[in-house]
Amino acid sequence: MTQPHIRLSDVEMTFSRPDGVGEDIHALGPIQLDLRHGEFFAVVGPSGCGKSTLLELMIGLTNPTKGTITFEGQPINGSCPDGIGVVFQEDASFAWLTVRDNIAFGLRRMALDRREQDERVEQALAMMGLVEFADVYPSQLSGGMRQRVCIARTLVTQPRLILLDEPFGALDQQTRLLMGDEILSLWRKTGATIFLITHALDEAAMLADRIGVMSSRPGQLIDIVETNWPKDRDSRIVENDAFGAVTARLWRSLRVESMKAIGKKDAQA
Amino acid sequence: MTKAGLIRLALIAVLLGALEVLVRIGRIDALTMQAPHKMLLDLYAMLASGKLNKAIAKTMGNAGFAFVIAVSLGVISGLMIHRMRRVRETLDPLFATYYAIPVFAFYPLLILLLGLGDAPQIFIGVMLGFVAVVVNTLNGLDRVPRVLLKTARVNGMNGLETALKITLPSAAPYILTGAKFAVAYSLIGVIGAEFIMSTGGMGYEISFAYNNFDNATMYPLIIMILVASISINMVISRWEKSLLKRRGLQ
Repeated sequence: MTQPHIRLSDVEMTFSRPDGVGEDIHALGPIQLDLRHGEFFAVVGPSGCGKSTLLELMIGLTNPTKGTITFEGQPINGSCPDGIGVVFQEDASFAWLTVRDNIAFGLRRMALDRREQDERVEQALAMMGLVEFADVYPSQLSGGMRQRVCIARTLVTQPRLILLDEPFGALDQQTRLLMGDEILSLWRKTGATIFLITHALDEAAMLADRIGVMSSRPGQLIDIVETNWPKDRDSRIVENDAFGAVTARLWRSLRVESMKAIGKKDAQA
Repeated sequence: MTKAGLIRLALIAVLLGALEVLVRIGRIDALTMQAPHKMLLDLYAMLASGKLNKAIAKTMGNAGFAFVIAVSLGVISGLMIHRMRRVRETLDPLFATYYAIPVFAFYPLLILLLGLGDAPQIFIGVMLGFVAVVVNTLNGLDRVPRVLLKTARVNGMNGLETALKITLPSAAPYILTGAKFAVAYSLIGVIGAEFIMSTGGMGYEISFAYNNFDNATMYPLIIMILVASISINMVISRWEKSLLKRRGLQ
């Protein structure tokens, strides 16, 4: 049996209350999850279920209260291992750097010769359709373009695992569908494993091979849905009859949890 | 030039014109105030003779030194205080009331501690400029988006790298605002101290000229100080504006 790309074993996260009064907040877990090499895995869940906390644990920004996380067999302890790239929901472009310098930012810290760095930047610019914007500053770009800059900045380091935290959250529906196409295309080209956090069921259904459904707090994986889409899919998959069935199943799993999350205690399946 | 800039320029021209007329027709005593054209002629003569070059160099050198120390110490202190929540909570109220302290009252004490040389004047310049830089640096650091700090950690950057490559560039427009204040405060500190107790510098020369009714020296020196302070401020403002514009904030 092949080793999973990333493994979460009995992972739990509990936060102390800031004022130190009252019980600790059990935010997440226990979670068991194995991501296969090269798969596209999405996580959906109600607001506040701990999706972003899960991502922060996976990149070592926070240590779990219980359990372990291993990436390529090595435990993640308090720092992000080489080989993992992240794209956050918020605009993380550096306003004081041009698009080109933004993309090169992570590369400048790697032991690569300058020519190789420049080549990778040019490739990323071309791949993300940013060539003509290479020398402008992020403030001159739309939200979607800035997010592309952040994706390009992650891609140039050639991560083997890419974590996306609601990267299209601030974009309109049409742009999200097109950005989804780009992500799928990048996934095929790079062969990386992708872990996507989203609150949009249709986005998860369109992009992922497998979708994990999280419960309301404490967030646990209550269902894992296999989509069985072909690898060369794109946003036109929404026309497929099976697409509706996948989103319907996701909603069936999620409805009660979402009602709990907004305080409806009498929620029923 | 913008419309507001033109109006500003016109206002200054009107005020200078009015002063020129009022002095020429004798409504303002020439012993109290000189006509602007006379101030400029005296300034030219003063600079051409070179008789006050030493005083000018001393003041500008000390103010420049005070400015550099105030900005360097201010930025470093801002970075350190920002990382220490309890220290920040303790110091914030003190920063808010800092400029209520009459710093010049400490001058005799500073002479006792630092001697009669330039050190007390520089020290007062630093004291005045430093807090403005700290406060504005903290303001800038408070506004660094959290996601940029997360990006730094994902990239495996240590505290110093994060400060140099992420937090300080992100906070740069606010730090420049602090630097702008520091220019003015350093000049005020050094010149004010020269007024009180010094044997040289522009402040001393202005004070000496005032006591001897020497308007031909006093007004050109005042003009020089104004021009120097405003020019440096304008350069920093331009820099600050270009940074803000680049970030789509103006």
